Amino acid sequence: MTRALRRCLPQILTLLALVALVSIFFPQFLAISFENGRLTGPVVDIVKRGAPVALLAIGMTLVIATRGIDLSVGTVMAISGAVAAWTLAAGWGVFPAVLLAIVAGLTCGLWNGCLVAYVGIQPIVATLILMTSGRGIAQLITEGRILTFSDPAFAWIGSGTVAGVPVPALLWLVTGIAVAFIMRRTALGLLVEAIGINRSASTVAGINARVLLIAVYAASGFCAALAGIVATADIRGADANNAGLWLELDAILAVVIGGNSLLGGRFSVAASILGALIIQTVDTGILLAGFPSEYNLVIKAGLVLVILLVQSPNLSQHWHWLRMEIRRQREPKPIGSRDTR
Amino acid sequence: MRPNPRLYPLLATIAIFFTAYLLCWLQFPFMLSTRVVGNLLTDNAYLGIVAVGMTVVILSGGIDLSVGSVIAFSGVFIAVMLRDTGLHPIIVFALLLVVTTAFGAVMGAIIHGLAMPAFIVTLAGMFLARGAAYMLTIDSVPIDHAFFEALQDSHWRMPGGGRFTLIGALMLLAIAGGALVAHRTRFGASVFAIGGGPDTARLMGVEVGRTTIGIYAFSGLMAGLSGIVFAIYTGSGYPLATVGTELTAIAAVVIGGTLLTGGAGYVVGTLFGVLTMGLIQTYIVFDGTLSSWWTKIVIGVLLLCFILLQKSLLRIATPVRASSEG
Repeated sequence: MTRALRRCLPQILTLLALVALVSIFFPQFLAISFENGRLTGPVVDIVKRGAPVALLAIGMTLVIATRGIDLSVGTVMAISGAVAAWTLAAGWGVFPAVLLAIVAGLTCGLWNGCLVAYVGIQPIVATLILMTSGRGIAQLITEGRILTFSDPAFAWIGSGTVAGVPVPALLWLVTGIAVAFIMRRTALGLLVEAIGINRSASTVAGINARVLLIAVYAASGFCAALAGIVATADIRGADANNAGLWLELDAILAVVIGGNSLLGGRFSVAASILGALIIQTVDTGILLAGFPSEYNLVIKAGLVLVILLVQSPNLSQHWHWLRMEIRRQREPKPIGSRDTR
Repeated sequence: MRPNPRLYPLLATIAIFFTAYLLCWLQFPFMLSTRVVGNLLTDNAYLGIVAVGMTVVILSGGIDLSVGSVIAFSGVFIAVMLRDTGLHPIIVFALLLVVTTAFGAVMGAIIHGLAMPAFIVTLAGMFLARGAAYMLTIDSVPIDHAFFEALQDSHWRMPGGGRFTLIGALMLLAIAGGALVAHRTRFGASVFAIGGGPDTARLMGVEVGRTTIGIYAFSGLMAGLSGIVFAIYTGSGYPLATVGTELTAIAAVVIGGTLLTGGAGYVVGTLFGVLTMGLIQTYIVFDGTLSSWWTKIVIGVLLLCFILLQKSLLRIATPVRASSEG
């Protein structure tokens, strides 16, 4: 537990620093009140609005841990949202809608996984195919319109509460815990990391890399489907053009802010979720603090740059070298010995 | 003599383009008019120019996600500068190209200096350029300047009534220039070497750092040029323009037969990739019953076909190369 905490420490500190910064400009930032049976306040808002990116980041973490990338998640959100809205419009009810949306997401994930694992296409291109064509598929389902519905039970997924907590927030919390539990309480996480570090070596060591890769992309599709359901339920309509647009980049950013390397290997789902919350805090914080929203992207870019600098393998080498140098200077040199560097 | 297997994807691209054009022509005889050809060049000029820069980046095994935002920034920069200062458009263009080239060079320096993946560095660049465009203005700013109107209107009337516009010519020039840089210069050879493997390239004596900076600077330059063309094409600057153009450009490069792993491809192929995508759109306009979303699906299917084609060609080509070297 302490090790997990230490792994997430930079992200927790960043989040706390951001909260403190926003609180300076907007003192009521941390205020939470209980009204009409639901918690309200900026923090609750962040936890709710960050749900799609947090859900996407969970799946993306696993994909990136295998040294892959999934550019299609935003589009998969649009597809599963369209499927859900279409099912509701056909009058099939809530459970088939959720089920079919998840099946659609899983199918997309399986498609990506097969392209990567069997055909051997680079992940970035393999998922680019679905990214470009998928929005067309979603528009095909909605026939180019925004499919709206008025099913209160389905809308509850987007805007309802359980014991005052918004359902989307619970959804990413439960998904995150479940995925982290499956990955860390079994050997699965280790195997996923092994593929990311060296796929051929892991295959030689007896890991079924193909099946695992497909499973990982399917998991990403599943998470994207959940995010799509949340986004669709939230606005009570499926917008094939704009649902999840560019959220894949936010999800990748969340994973990177979470300290996971794009080169695969060690991963932490919790840190990625924290990364998603950091992005949402920046977005909401800029609005609350009264800055014009035009600054949002520039601040985001600055944040990414700082995080890149901190994580850079080259820089940490330089830093290590610098510390050794300083230590060497401090140590009194033995008399008569020469610098043996 | 066997033709070079590396030429297969390029030849396939060109063959597919002309076959598609033939099919379109059989259905709509008017497709084979200089008007359609002229519009095909004009409408895709900005995409073609930015795809040249992207081709060089992808040849080196990298990726540049920032170009779409840089185009939007360019349009806004030109519009705001022309509105707020009395500078001549030519000076504004020169300033803009300096800014975007420097922007690309800085990204290249970060990618090399910090040893970070190009994907994430250029993603930050994408946010920064788009954010800078927002900071200049959040409105669509019209450009009205006599010189600008002259640029918009300058064209050569081809026989048959088609307009061969200035920006269409600029795209062809950019393709030719890009092809020269990539295939006929020392820098181009270094790009291919890095695309083949950075470590091998370093051992061969390629200055990886300097070349990486040059690659992204070139992409920034092309994105700036594309921004100028886009501003001439639309006659305005809008910070929300050309969202996602980077991915369209990548798709065009891949359809054009360049390997996304780097190290193999031709700039000319990118021209045909861009034109093929433009042709699909033209066909859908001609047909009139197909919905616009079919464009996206067809482009996705085309992408898949080309990648599968490349995969199988590589599999065929590899033993040939091994035996010829052995």
